[in-house]
Amino acid sequence: MILRFLKSREAILLGAVLALLVIVESRFSGFAAPGNLAAVFNDTSILIILALGQTLVILTRCIDLSVASNLALTGMVTAMLNAAFPGIPVVVLIALAVGLGTLLGAFNGILVWKLDIPPIVVTLGTLTIYRGTVFLLSDGSWVNSHEMSAAYKAFPRAVLFSLPVLSWIALAVVAGFAVAVTRTPLGRAFYAVGGNPHAAVYTGIDVGRTRFAAFTISGALAGLCGYLWVSRYAVAYVDVAGGFELDVVAACVIGGISIAGGMGTVGGAVLGALFLGVIKNALPVAGISPFWQLAISGAAIIIAVAFNARSSRQPGHIILKSAERTA
Amino acid sequence: MTYSSEIAEPVTVAVPARAVLRLSGITKTFPGVRALSGVELALYPGQVTALVGENGAGKSTLVKILTGIYQPDEGRIEVDESETRFPTATAASDAGITAIHQETVLFDDLCVAENIFLGHAPRGRFGLIDWTRMYGDAAELLNRIGARLDPRTPLRDLGIASKHLVAIARALSIKARVVVMDEPTAALSQTEIEELYELVDRLKAEGKAILFISHKFDEIFRIADRYTVFRDGEMVDAGMIADVTESQLVEKMVGRSVDTIFPERVSCVGDEILTVAGYAHPTEFADINFKLHRGEILGFYGLIGAGRSEFMQALFGVTRPSKGAVRIDGKIAVIRSPAEAVAKGIVYVPEDRGKQGAITAMPIFQNVTLPSLPSTSKNGFLNLAEEFALARTYTERLELRAAALDRNVGELSGGNQQKVVIAKWLATKPKVIILDEPTKGIDVGSKAAVHAFMAELAAEGLSVIMVSSEIPEIMGMSDRVIVMREGRIAAEFDREGLTPEKLVRAAAGYKETAA
Amino acid sequence: MSLTDTPTARRIPDRLSGQGARILRSWELLLFIIAVLIFVGNTQASPYFLDAWNLSDATFNFTEKAMVAFAMALLIISGEIDLSVAGIIALSSTAMGWALQFGVGTPVLITIGLSVGLLCGAFNGALVTRLGLPSIVVTIGTMSLFRGISYIVLGDQAFNGYPTDFAWLGRGYVFWVISFELVLFTVFAVIYGVILHFTNFGRHIFVIGNNPTAATFSGIRVDRVKMILFLLTGLMSGVAAVCLTARLGSTRPSIASAWELEIVTMVVLGGVSILGGAGSILGVVIAALVMGMVTFGLGLLNVPGIVMSIFIGALLIGVIALPRLIRLVRTGKA
Repeated sequence: MILRFLKSREAILLGAVLALLVIVESRFSGFAAPGNLAAVFNDTSILIILALGQTLVILTRCIDLSVASNLALTGMVTAMLNAAFPGIPVVVLIALAVGLGTLLGAFNGILVWKLDIPPIVVTLGTLTIYRGTVFLLSDGSWVNSHEMSAAYKAFPRAVLFSLPVLSWIALAVVAGFAVAVTRTPLGRAFYAVGGNPHAAVYTGIDVGRTRFAAFTISGALAGLCGYLWVSRYAVAYVDVAGGFELDVVAACVIGGISIAGGMGTVGGAVLGALFLGVIKNALPVAGISPFWQLAISGAAIIIAVAFNARSSRQPGHIILKSAERTA
Repeated sequence: MTYSSEIAEPVTVAVPARAVLRLSGITKTFPGVRALSGVELALYPGQVTALVGENGAGKSTLVKILTGIYQPDEGRIEVDESETRFPTATAASDAGITAIHQETVLFDDLCVAENIFLGHAPRGRFGLIDWTRMYGDAAELLNRIGARLDPRTPLRDLGIASKHLVAIARALSIKARVVVMDEPTAALSQTEIEELYELVDRLKAEGKAILFISHKFDEIFRIADRYTVFRDGEMVDAGMIADVTESQLVEKMVGRSVDTIFPERVSCVGDEILTVAGYAHPTEFADINFKLHRGEILGFYGLIGAGRSEFMQALFGVTRPSKGAVRIDGKIAVIRSPAEAVAKGIVYVPEDRGKQGAITAMPIFQNVTLPSLPSTSKNGFLNLAEEFALARTYTERLELRAAALDRNVGELSGGNQQKVVIAKWLATKPKVIILDEPTKGIDVGSKAAVHAFMAELAAEGLSVIMVSSEIPEIMGMSDRVIVMREGRIAAEFDREGLTPEKLVRAAAGYKETAA
Repeated sequence: MSLTDTPTARRIPDRLSGQGARILRSWELLLFIIAVLIFVGNTQASPYFLDAWNLSDATFNFTEKAMVAFAMALLIISGEIDLSVAGIIALSSTAMGWALQFGVGTPVLITIGLSVGLLCGAFNGALVTRLGLPSIVVTIGTMSLFRGISYIVLGDQAFNGYPTDFAWLGRGYVFWVISFELVLFTVFAVIYGVILHFTNFGRHIFVIGNNPTAATFSGIRVDRVKMILFLLTGLMSGVAAVCLTARLGSTRPSIASAWELEIVTMVVLGGVSILGGAGSILGVVIAALVMGMVTFGLGLLNVPGIVMSIFIGALLIGVIALPRLIRLVRTGKA
């Protein structure tokens, strides 16, 4: 009974997202139209991608608060390169963004792995360092739309089979993660390391190296999102995506990724991100001031974490035969 | 019972000429402790070697070296007479060494099948994990060891014995030539133990070398071919089981004759002090009823995971029972937290010293005075002089060996850490002291000191509840013994006429009529 | 077996000699040396640094944050964290601004500011201790919730027109260059230092942070201690809200934005273990001075604030990484 409840955590979240859609739709028809839903998804794509990277990190009992700063830094680098050398192909810029993001993520990872510094300290530090570096590079000035090449701005918006490329990238990342997390040894290692680090050692899994991998992947995705964000909004400045790391963590927590590690699914993280995305897009439609958004997502985090903790609470050791579940 | 061909490749074994695995001169030192010094061990195909030694003799350190968790400081590891090293757990399992560890090295959040195959899961197309095959293989393996478990069940829904079976299945899922069994029967019922023996016989027939670690001598003489004895981190003796008797083996293990270990004591049991009636918990224990008297030592015996510690922790207020009542000196006592238990004179020395007992990163004197701070302080402000005085009184009484009272508890040996925890509680002047596996993992000298002190306390009128899994300790110290099995009281015995057989039968659920 | 076992010693000494060596290796000393170096560097870099009024102005950089950091230090030593402190400051300031329109006086404003802080702390504490939720997630949630409520109330507006006697709390001087905030900072440093290092309650905080299970098993009411610490952190955020609002003279919902990170940085830089169980108020005081002087010194050199944050971030990682790096190189493992 408890098990079935647990298994349907994603189902409950899906229900919540759908209920939200129905409520908004019933009052402001047109919100749940396919075209608008696709727009909402597109708008949430970056949050989904970052939440998936964060999911890996949280699965291993760590946290990465530097993702938004990483995004801002890589985004600024691609924008400045594009402005200075419009001839560089977009593909090269994307590869550069992913590469730089990977390096920034790996730096977090190496501090956690080799020096054993608590992840929250490491990423709190790199959060300010990466963001400050954006200022050093740009000298506080903006890279505006007119300075960017057309190709640079067009890529994420190009429509392919009636969806923008940005949405397709998000879908591809989701699909890739769904397979990698459930069906590759590294994917399972994230769960093992977070679930019981002590036991992971006995299984031959290197705890530090696995955490390093999680930070590196999270960094790579943040780098990818750096380009996507800046090109989509066609502007780069120091405060791009300021505080967005908290939205990312919020999406994971709402999606049922346990901060204690070892528990959570790709589907949960995606739904958590979508939940926030739907709220963000529904508020203006419903005529509610966007100033409500922050409080709503804060309340959603608290409710989600309370709910998840309730449903996974252990009654104690299982000793009485009658309390054991066997086949 | 079916026989999986993937795992079993029967080999006819001639007289073993050479060892599959040979360790020589293995030394391992930890800060403050030399765990192993120059030990030897050889394992032969088709033979079971029993590794015998007291807690703290270095057995588990050796297992960790064999399985690549620890690296030895010195010494040679040879597989098939060529030197090798196991830098990781994977390297050891690649060399064909597998181990049945305690159930604590499994993953509660993962399902049974994945716990068995994590790290070497069957792969399908594109090298992706093939879950269907994994469930199938897991079912087959579980069936082979007679475990009726669904591979899809999350591990957290299983009890300790079932988890142990999963650990066994995991060990067998690796194509191994050497199987290390670290107290594999500790939490198993009698029928499960018999099935395990059959399995060991089959593994022998397949030509596997088995290292069998156990405290139970009947078991060792039942299945082992050879023995190796460890004492205080050194190898004391090795040979064929057929050439020794049980008492010889015990003497080698302890290093002296057994009957001198326990203090002579005349039991002077007084009035009733504690009554427990109908204590129950949803998953941990049920129907616990007993009485405890002044000056009495009441032993609680049972297999690991029989619910003894869980019940004691409920009695101490760490967890809440769903039903039941406690009377202290005839008055109903409501205990909802350890603080309330301490206030009513019940204290608990936990089994897991590092996690629940000692605060290892803090000084000795602060550990000792922790529950007594209200008496050493004034208006909530610390008084260090008073604290040192109180700590000194009790640590000297327990003959603590330490460089200074402001040293961290973590710097002490296991036995001395235990003395600090006991001193902490004695300083509160309790009525009832619960000692949960009080001598687990401590050296022989400290063990004798703890036993002598326990007898002294009882003689002074303190009531003692002693949870122990060691039969000699239970037999040597208790005035009365309660045996628990699967969360319930299975039997109660007086000191008179108590035999080890009676204890083992009651704990394992053997019917008296079957004898 | 153990090396520290000395079988002959019957009488165990209270302390071993060599206390001096311990102080020499202490975090506080390292931090103090860094502080002195920065001070000397600043005097060399700018002739305006050593001016008494300039130095006095510089204290406003850290006094409000440090007051919250004292309570936060206790909370982190106990193994918990509160990331919602800046959110509490925003909400508390908003509540005071809202009360302004009813023409209330300074005493009422202070009461409201502190009460909102306490209530927010109680809310965090209840979620952590009653429901057993991880504090890092809870307070990430409440940090959005508290600040979010400010945004709902204020939107892009601001509350202005605080009374002059209220403004004194943030801008006033008690004696010569000694500001009221500096006095408050000193008083709270002493109070929290005494609580942490000289009381039973402080001992319990260390025990809980080192080993919460053993603390429970020793009869300490862990949840009660943690609840009190969340209340104190909320209260100190309320105090900071009063001072900051008085100093700025207005309330915007973005007030004290990102302070939670600076406050946590201050605590960790002060040698408090983020994993709990170790730390001192003295360390936090020195860390506050270091951060304040860095900000002030670089400010005199016209270095923008965000570049200073790089320095602080690097300092945070650097001071923690350096000893570990040295140990790693020494043991020869790369």
